[in-house]
Amino acid sequence: MTKFESLRLEGVTRRFSGHDALTGLTLTIQRGEFIALLGPSGCGKSTALNCLAGLLPLTEGSIWQDQSRLDTLPPERRGFGMVFQNYALFPHMSVRKNVSFGLQMRRVPRAEARRRTDEAIRLVHLEEHAAKLPGQLSGGQQQRVAIARAIVLEPSLVLMDEPLSNLDAKLRLEMRTEIRRIHQTLGLTTVYVTHDQEEALSMADRLVVLRDGRVQQVGTPEELHTRPANRHVADFMGYRNLLPMRVASIDGRVATVDGNGMVLRGTAVGDLSAGDEVVAGVRPEDLRAGEGGVPVTVEVVEYQGREVAVEARTDEGVILHLRAAERPAPGDKISVVADPERVLVFPAEASASAGAPVGASTEASAGAS
Amino acid sequence: MTALRHRLAERGVDRQLLLLVPASLCVLILFVYPFAYGLGLSFQPAQGGVFGAYRTFFEDAYQRDTMWTTLKLSLPAALLNVAASVPIAYRMRGRFRGKRLLTTLLVIPITLGTVLTAEGLLNFLGPTGWFNRTLMSIGITDAPLRLTNNYWGVFFSLVITGFPFAFLLILSYLSGIDPTLERAAATLGAGWWPRFHRVTLPLLAPGLATTFCLTFVLAFSVFPSAILVGDPAGSTRVISIAAYHAAYEAFDYPLASAIAVVMGVVELLVVAAVLGVRSVFYTGSTGGKG
Repeated sequence: MTKFESLRLEGVTRRFSGHDALTGLTLTIQRGEFIALLGPSGCGKSTALNCLAGLLPLTEGSIWQDQSRLDTLPPERRGFGMVFQNYALFPHMSVRKNVSFGLQMRRVPRAEARRRTDEAIRLVHLEEHAAKLPGQLSGGQQQRVAIARAIVLEPSLVLMDEPLSNLDAKLRLEMRTEIRRIHQTLGLTTVYVTHDQEEALSMADRLVVLRDGRVQQVGTPEELHTRPANRHVADFMGYRNLLPMRVASIDGRVATVDGNGMVLRGTAVGDLSAGDEVVAGVRPEDLRAGEGGVPVTVEVVEYQGREVAVEARTDEGVILHLRAAERPAPGDKISVVADPERVLVFPAEASASAGAPVGASTEASAGAS
Repeated sequence: MTALRHRLAERGVDRQLLLLVPASLCVLILFVYPFAYGLGLSFQPAQGGVFGAYRTFFEDAYQRDTMWTTLKLSLPAALLNVAASVPIAYRMRGRFRGKRLLTTLLVIPITLGTVLTAEGLLNFLGPTGWFNRTLMSIGITDAPLRLTNNYWGVFFSLVITGFPFAFLLILSYLSGIDPTLERAAATLGAGWWPRFHRVTLPLLAPGLATTFCLTFVLAFSVFPSAILVGDPAGSTRVISIAAYHAAYEAFDYPLASAIAVVMGVVELLVVAAVLGVRSVFYTGSTGGKG
């Protein structure tokens, strides 16, 4: 397969009967990169992947592989490999036939096809299962066949659509490492779609966070984890406490915000001035019990191994999620503090569709994490 | 006592089995008994011993040939019904506007019944029907094409009534095949033809075999249209007409029963052959929702 230097998506847009599934996705993928498209369901990440694969025509925009335009080609002429969420293995063909299907379609000479098929099957450790039908394999093994089938063509780009979402937790961790290993060994370029932020952070070189069809932020895992660009990315990156507040005063990057009977100091993200409506985001790990903070009543305590997760309610009824080293009892009154470095203050956009009340908004974030 | 009941229940023997009684009685009274009676009757002809009726049928070329006449009609008709349904159903498997209307139009012939279809065929394809008048006015032919009261009239009638069955069955088999399989094949470099014949067709083949058997059995027992739009004394003297004549004109019930048994055996042989071929194909899950 031809290798490219870069793949450019320019204003890729897809509309479904008046509804914008994906709006103006512009992204340059360098050869050898592992890109994760991350977002909640319905954010347009699978649409983006299908547009790349050629399974969905674009409404607007274009896709370029170096100097050649790609979005007008049918899927069979793009030379990309794709791993589907349900694996889409041909049920009537053995593992070996599934893997060699693409080589046959590309009229690779028989001897070479056999060698490459063997190699791909070996790469995913399925040598003993080569003669079996997909129905006789476990979920994890089927997953491996799907990967072998996609990479045997040495595609210039591998597309993966939530490939791990049908596996159990342990297998998911193993396959995560496996996919990353294959990516590195073969020097592949990979676009990986997932709704699992942990998966995306651990596997990808760069992440693209989507919401309602629009790009929210593009960056390395570190960038997204420590400096989310807005409250939606923060929500997705584990900032489980998202508190609607108002700016009381601002001093450089440090903003003092208040609301619902709480006063917090945090780091401003974007331009803020006193009186602005904002959302203060803080991770449960960065909230801790300490003197002189916000008084709360402990409601739910969950054991999580090294520490306990605590859900507590302030006197005004706002729910906070925090971690504690020692196990408090439900009903205990404690005081909660946070390092201003670890509290991010985002402008509350007027367009925020999540105009839900305080308690509900933190609940919603819990649901999405 | 309770231990025995538990053991029986584990093998599916419990009081719920009593629910099967009404249905079993119906089958026994309405199917098994008449069938056994007819079978017995076919071995008791007035003369010629136990196999006399069968000998009468097979020794008389006029009777024996009804078998071939019927096969010559029903095999091509069933084949055409299946073959024509595949591309149409393939094209219609997705969701699109007007699908329900189109399906309804294609299925309407089922509701018409053979007599109405036959009447329509006589009017449309007959010597003075629209079809021939159009052909002649354009100047393609000088004399009307003979398309009714012969083999073709019955053939068309079988296609019109058999196609909706085949189409509906194949459409449901097709929608049982996971559409992402073809998308996967496309990303692996397969154009539309390899996608169809390497992925979809092998998964559809068992369904095609079943559909063929059902439409064949329907066509093999053709009776009204063989008389109404056919040539019941000659080229479309099908086996059911032979049975009818034996029973209600010659009043030779043993011979009629023997013909009916022969009819069943021929159907059984064709179905067995088709299902034998079917077992060669993959018959497991096709990954779809159907």
